[in-house]
Amino acid sequence: MMKSRFASLIDALLPVFATLAALLFGAVMLIILGVNPFVAYQALIEGAFGSTNAFAETLVRATPLLLIGIGICIAYRGSVINIGGEGQMIVGALLSTWVGLNISGLPGWLMVMVGLLAGTIGGCVWGGIPGILKAYFNVNEILSTVMMNAIAVQFMNYFLTGPMIDPAQAEIASQIPQTARLPEAIRLPRLVPTRLHFGAFIAVILAFLVYILLWHTTLGYRIRAVGQNPSASHYAGIKVKRYIVLALLLSGAFAGLAGAIQVYGVNFRMITDGSPTGFTGGAGFNGIVAALFGQLHPILTIPASILFGGLLVGANAMQRVVQIPSALITALNGLVVVFVVSSEFWRKKRQRKRLSVSQDEEHREAQAGEKQVTPAEKAT
Amino acid sequence: MISDLFNLTVILGILASGIRLATPYLFASIGEAYSQRSGVLNLGVEGQMLLGAFFAFYIAKLTDNLWLGVLAGMGVGALMGLAMAFVTIHLHAQQGISGIGFYLFGLGLSNLLFQLLIGTVETVRGFPRIALPLLSDIPYVGNIFFNQNILVYLAFLLVPVSSFVLNKTTLGLKIRAVGQNPEAADSLGVSVAKVRYFTVIFGGTMSGLAGASLSIALLNVFQQGMTAGQGFIAVALVYFGAWRPWGVLAGALLFSFVNGLQLWIQVLGIPIPSEFAVMMPYILTILVLTVSVSKVRAPAALTKPFEREG
Repeated sequence: MMKSRFASLIDALLPVFATLAALLFGAVMLIILGVNPFVAYQALIEGAFGSTNAFAETLVRATPLLLIGIGICIAYRGSVINIGGEGQMIVGALLSTWVGLNISGLPGWLMVMVGLLAGTIGGCVWGGIPGILKAYFNVNEILSTVMMNAIAVQFMNYFLTGPMIDPAQAEIASQIPQTARLPEAIRLPRLVPTRLHFGAFIAVILAFLVYILLWHTTLGYRIRAVGQNPSASHYAGIKVKRYIVLALLLSGAFAGLAGAIQVYGVNFRMITDGSPTGFTGGAGFNGIVAALFGQLHPILTIPASILFGGLLVGANAMQRVVQIPSALITALNGLVVVFVVSSEFWRKKRQRKRLSVSQDEEHREAQAGEKQVTPAEKAT
Repeated sequence: MISDLFNLTVILGILASGIRLATPYLFASIGEAYSQRSGVLNLGVEGQMLLGAFFAFYIAKLTDNLWLGVLAGMGVGALMGLAMAFVTIHLHAQQGISGIGFYLFGLGLSNLLFQLLIGTVETVRGFPRIALPLLSDIPYVGNIFFNQNILVYLAFLLVPVSSFVLNKTTLGLKIRAVGQNPEAADSLGVSVAKVRYFTVIFGGTMSGLAGASLSIALLNVFQQGMTAGQGFIAVALVYFGAWRPWGVLAGALLFSFVNGLQLWIQVLGIPIPSEFAVMMPYILTILVLTVSVSKVRAPAALTKPFEREG
């Protein structure tokens, strides 16, 4: 009993080991670049968690990662690989910004809800299309979501430099691609003096709700069943195709909400720098990293996204202190993904070992049992 | 204005740019076709291309030798392929996700190295055009097909060669067997791991070359994130081409011609927002995948790790 608890503790810590391995790799790179890794990592940690303000920034950065991450939990549990977080977040933000700027006359709190709902719907559509294409036209969702990302980026560039451009920007030569600001009445409340906003709490609450959805409702059970064994689910009467669409659609919904919250809580407008990740800051990909790190469990994804939010915020501090571009952290995030999925190998290996040991025991017990049972059965 | 497109010089211009634009797709997609045929989905192509583009550019700049640049690009692609092969073949890592990891790694590392080692926009004198004697004199067609740089010719040569290798050689038979039925291949004495290592490393090498073709033959500059999703499209083109080199060629050409068309739409100032023009190839890819994929079957063991029983 003690042994198996120890083993499951190691299993739970595997992502931590994976991250440490990635940081170790980063340390080697820093040494090659002539930088003291301790100084660099100290700057990183202080930049992320060193003060109230730093920690608030970390939480702000973690919010979209968490929202996208819990969507990823749903999708991957349903065995669909959603790489479209970027596009879904963009479309959600576009739709919610449009609603916020063009609909008026409702009370502020209601307007915020309508805006966030619009973002969620935008994400649903952008995730649902690849879902339908996968379920009914056999189009690989990895490819379609990547294509949908590229299309969303072009829509964003079009609207932010054209129909939705800030009237003030439209008049001057610089023409920064951004929309007008949302009226003050419809912004998410903040914990002043920091930028920490109400959206972070929404994300945490949703993480718990998604946990309940996945493990305590029929809907969640079916999504997971389809993910584990589609043909068995089919024979059990589950409409597999419908649940494939649903998994992608829900996953997109959270990404769309992440986009809306970014607009209503952080910038109060939609703004980009012309690059594909100009608005999202790569949250669509980093959300996947956070979800994997949280072992595709929505509640474990909460600390995971705080960790990666911290890494991203701290990377900027590191850049200031030791002049190492923050791109290093992107590279290390990639390594974390690789190491985490690779570490599954040891988990499975040990699981199998445990399984075969217990099977052997069962087998022996069964043999012993048979001898006793057989005469009794014969008697009846 | 739209009628401007139906002018001989413009059409020839679209075709010529289409042929050039197809080059990186051909290298990367053909390489990816090898690895998918053997059962490994390498989603890290984008990252391999970025690192290939960076190292090719940097080494070419440093040594003033384009071929050393090409070698550097291929070398770093091969290393990335080796890493991908190790995690997917030996550690059974889920291929779709580890590929995303390698993409992020390549993106971050190429940005990091660019900022540290180059920093500003610099250009390199890329491979010159080579007009093939006689062939390039053929009216119209000659200039499109036979007045390109050496990497363009190599990319197009790769198609028939790969088709031959995959369909007519023992190596190709092994690759296809391993991707279709690894258990059977294994029982016949084919080393599944060895074949997959070969195809994934080869795929990485070709992705690196694809990156090099961008930075020292087509654009002659390195910019952060310059592949802009081309690596992912290269993976899509393999599905598009139904895992066959000639199919991949058809997909790459169609995609590049539409891309060439959208470039010319912008050049001619036709009043379609440029963003919608840029979108066209992506929408087209989704549409073609929708109508075509359902009829063709993927290699049966694609994305499935292989492990011997017992």
